[in-house]
Amino acid sequence: MREIALHLLDIAENSVAAGGQNICIEVQENLQSDLLTTSITDDGRGMDAETAQRVLDPFYTTRTTRKVGLGIPLLKLAAEMSEGRLSLDTEPGKGTKIEASFRHSHIDRMPLGDLASTFLALLVSYPKIHWTLIYETTDKGGEKGSFIFDDTELKAELDGMSITEPEILKFVRGMLEEGVQASALKIIS
Amino acid sequence: MPAIKSLEELKRVREETLEKKKVKAASGNVQVIVAMGTCGIAAGARDTMKSILNYIETQNVSGVTVTQTGCMGMCEQEPIVQVLVGDQTKVVYGKVDAQVAEQIMKQHVQNGTPVKDYILPL
Repeated sequence: MREIALHLLDIAENSVAAGGQNICIEVQENLQSDLLTTSITDDGRGMDAETAQRVLDPFYTTRTTRKVGLGIPLLKLAAEMSEGRLSLDTEPGKGTKIEASFRHSHIDRMPLGDLASTFLALLVSYPKIHWTLIYETTDKGGEKGSFIFDDTELKAELDGMSITEPEILKFVRGMLEEGVQASALKIIS
Repeated sequence: MPAIKSLEELKRVREETLEKKKVKAASGNVQVIVAMGTCGIAAGARDTMKSILNYIETQNVSGVTVTQTGCMGMCEQEPIVQVLVGDQTKVVYGKVDAQVAEQIMKQHVQNGTPVKDYILPL
């Protein structure tokens, strides 16, 4: 995978498979601390300690569980390649939070990629899930950007109408793209 | 949260869409399912979905449901897209990149003719 945003799309799929009803994707880019941190939090069925250990092992998991495969080990590898780490916080019946951090300036850090497309794909595909996207940035000078998209109001307003109706789709896509763009770090690296 | 102003705009867009739907309610339901397991995503499924959504938006295609599914066990054929038109049998396509997706949307979803070259023999 070439983008962190693609990993997020992949990991979010696990949250859906785990029966999560409220799923939150968070991305923080901080140039002052030189960190890029991402997390996905769900209120799905969670995992016991043993299973949580297994999902980090690509060879064990692919054979035993169908809902989690190579995705998490791949993200872990991507994080560790850029001096970051992956952590898993989970409890049966409560949900799961997966956090991956990356050294922002590391030469091997993959690009964040198209966050808006990732989020739109999830919104469109799983309209019954309550999605939240939080994207926060801090540049070298300490200036902050923030885009929070909670789909509650959007869905209340749509009142059952599908997001894939052309005009609605255009609206939502525009909203996401503009929101992410407005908070993105203005640097050329 | 997005500004209230934009939600006001959404309200207007929604009403307009309702009006349009009343005009052309027929055509039947179409479901497009993009496989988005780790294998699908790594093979480019998000771009495939983006292309499908882009087609709906630019060509103004109403009444299409777009969803996703996990790995189907045919990872080498990813990105895989399934198309279901009304109560017809499901058609499964393999190696659907952004361009093929556009072709499927035009030929199959809009005009009802499956794109033979990319159908997977199941």
